[in-house]
Amino acid sequence: MKIRVERDGLADAVAWVARSLPSRPPVPVLGGVLLDTGSESTSEHDDGDQTLTVSGFDYEVSAQVGVPATVVTPGRALVSGRLLADITKSLPNQPVDITIDGARATITCGNSRFSLPTMPAEDYPQLPSMPELAGAVAGDVFSEAVAQVAVAAGKDDTLPMLTGTRVEIEGDRITLVATDRFRLAVREFAWEPTSEASSGTAVLVPARTLAEAAKTLGGSGSRVELSLASGDGLLGLAGNGRRTTSRLLDAEFPKYRQLLPSEHTASAVLGVAPLVDAIKRVSLVAERGAQVRLEFTESSLRLSAGGDDEGSAEEELPLDFQGEPLTIAFNPGYLLDGLSAVRTERAHLSFTASSRPALIKPVGEEGQVLPGYLYLLMPVRLPG
Amino acid sequence: MAHLDMDAFFSSVEQLTRPTLRESPVLVGGAGPRGTVAGASYEARAYGARSAMSMAHARRLCPVATVIPPRFTVYQAVSARVFDLVRRFSPVAEQVSLDEAFIEPGSLAGAQADEVRRVLAELRARIHSEVGMVASIGAGSGKSVAKIASDLAKPDGLLVVTPEEQRAVLRDLPVRALWGIGPVSEGKLRRIGVQTLGEFADLDPATVTALLGTAVGRELHDLAHGRDPRPVAERAEVKQVSAETTFDTDLVDGGALESAAVSMTSAAHQRLVRSHRAARTVTVKVRSADFATVSRSETVRAATSDLSSLSAMARRLVSSAVPPGTPVRLVGVSLAGLTTAEQESLFPAPPTAGPEPHPDEETGPDEATDAGPTPRPDTAPLPGGRDRGGRGWAAGDDVRHPEHGHGWVQGAGVGRVTVRFETRTTGPGPARTFAMDDPALRVADPLASLDWLPVVGRRNDLARARTVEDGRTPHPGPAAGSTTVMEWVAPVGQEHDAVSS
Repeated sequence: MKIRVERDGLADAVAWVARSLPSRPPVPVLGGVLLDTGSESTSEHDDGDQTLTVSGFDYEVSAQVGVPATVVTPGRALVSGRLLADITKSLPNQPVDITIDGARATITCGNSRFSLPTMPAEDYPQLPSMPELAGAVAGDVFSEAVAQVAVAAGKDDTLPMLTGTRVEIEGDRITLVATDRFRLAVREFAWEPTSEASSGTAVLVPARTLAEAAKTLGGSGSRVELSLASGDGLLGLAGNGRRTTSRLLDAEFPKYRQLLPSEHTASAVLGVAPLVDAIKRVSLVAERGAQVRLEFTESSLRLSAGGDDEGSAEEELPLDFQGEPLTIAFNPGYLLDGLSAVRTERAHLSFTASSRPALIKPVGEEGQVLPGYLYLLMPVRLPG
Repeated sequence: MAHLDMDAFFSSVEQLTRPTLRESPVLVGGAGPRGTVAGASYEARAYGARSAMSMAHARRLCPVATVIPPRFTVYQAVSARVFDLVRRFSPVAEQVSLDEAFIEPGSLAGAQADEVRRVLAELRARIHSEVGMVASIGAGSGKSVAKIASDLAKPDGLLVVTPEEQRAVLRDLPVRALWGIGPVSEGKLRRIGVQTLGEFADLDPATVTALLGTAVGRELHDLAHGRDPRPVAERAEVKQVSAETTFDTDLVDGGALESAAVSMTSAAHQRLVRSHRAARTVTVKVRSADFATVSRSETVRAATSDLSSLSAMARRLVSSAVPPGTPVRLVGVSLAGLTTAEQESLFPAPPTAGPEPHPDEETGPDEATDAGPTPRPDTAPLPGGRDRGGRGWAAGDDVRHPEHGHGWVQGAGVGRVTVRFETRTTGPGPARTFAMDDPALRVADPLASLDWLPVVGRRNDLARARTVEDGRTPHPGPAAGSTTVMEWVAPVGQEHDAVSS
């Protein structure tokens, strides 16, 4: 195999594929990226306008992207993904020549020349084929929605059902949900389904994988295509010339709808940025970051943290408050996550009691609560 | 100021709840090859057995002793009763461990020695009549004199040292009698010919500080002179809670190691819950057969008191601490980053998958091959395999029989088990022998041996006081199963504890 590619395209492609590779692969080949030009006979293009496919697969996640290349001799080779990513990233911005000769890969760019061992490509697992296309959505909508929900996903692998983002498809609506038991984030958005087949389905996708994919596939102006084979336990995402598949989690997601409070006894509308800044300041003295206390009255919100031993802090903010005054305490990190996830200038906070979960929702320009997103946060129990 | 110290606390509780053992030598501790003595009754001490001695050594000295695995839940319950009484008597109390406290009854400030004697004697009498335990009390001008006095008062005594007597009392005592002088300081002093507190007090202050260090030397020298300004103060907040265990035979199997870590987590978790705290950091300590010790810790964002979350962290940590197949002799788990504020959850944790079940556990652990400790939470129903005789009974187990009531296993082997049916209130009871797998024998709550109505009121305060800083209370192991040994961790820098309990 002998090819020439542009440095930028190659570096981006390899970096993106290598990102989904396991850091400690169980077998060495799973830490590799596959470089493939396709065979000569099936090449659809004349010389000068061909494609190098860069792909990776570790049985959980697959990633594949095409890079325009000049193919002199077609072929296929497997090299260490981490090493290739590091090399391509640091190459000068000049055409890159890749030659595979037996068990060595030679990479030449400008005056640099690298020689890497290859791994047996025939040992590499076959990438899963893309499931049937289910629909598409604007890339920026998708990446924002996924990120808004991913903050609430659990990281504890011993509770696999909480490490996923639930994707519910119902007609032209998609609902994303994640929870780590302490908070729950729900986002709903419209999409364009291409078939009715997937309507009424719900799958659980590893939250980290989905967040990573959404971030890299969904640039502005792009479209992300979702394809689904829930029977095979596979979700496919494609956009920006990249495609990725993820294994689905085979676990039951908690029944979350019953957790959502139907009414509230107090609510406040606050500017997000001033509140975020105040929480960050006050929680500097929160012992082990345990809690920040919020005292809502009709005229103001008083934030406080700490105590006599470790020092204390307080700060007052103006607010628009309605209902019964209350004092409630939160883990400052979880509260900040929720406030950052609404992505509006103001947020609507609502409460029922200081021992019950609070709701954070986005607020529009005119002060109205915007539908489509909510962050439900359980408070910290106040001692005594 | 007075120092109250329960006499031979652990073994006395055993004698209280198992009347057959009264007035006979009792050794409390793990019975395995690496077991240590956590408590020895006065009858056993007469043979030379002492706390912190290896169990093998103690049994050679006192072959007639009954060896009982520790039952910390029972000791804690008795301790709570005693100190509830003490606090009603003296609201200012500094509980140092399960079985000792400094007290300063307000009514005794500036009182004459006779009055002090009368009041403290009444406290001793009430502890005996209401709880059935014997406490020795010493009183003096400061903490160190009070503690020395309670030592001198033992067993079953009361000693009030007046300021006038203080000098004479301290003078002839060995330097080790002073709280804070351990074997190292003792050795240094002996080398310059100083053996008694009088000789130590007579030393030039410059000599003392040169020998023992500036701060420590000055403080000890003051104490030897009877100058002790330290007030009685409630113990500082709990910083961490932990539990560890040493195995009779090194663990090699990863599954057994994980279940050991899980049962240590649940032992530490009991103390976490008792102190009304939640933890953010789990640290797992693993000591391999070559004594190399590795610690791994993990901190989560929100403090939790949820056992399954904490256990899951411990399991993860222990499996990454040593390469698979490493022989492990000790596993410990500590919970730190304690907060009173706990992040509540929206819904309970779904059941976890848990560690790979190893074959022994699925069919009920088999005595011959089960090297790992089986978790035995002391409030929850105990593992069912036991009741069905899968594992069999071990000496010291609490059992219940529908006809004979509550009892304890005196001995077990060759398919038979001998149970003594008695509690605190029954007096010495009859012993009966059953087949090991007799279905009528059920695992019982050790607290039932006390036959008490539950303590009401001020429970939270008591619970708080009962869990003291790590290292000062015995580390409960996984309530010794037949093949598990409790490791008694001698409190650092406080040799005294091991002698007095």
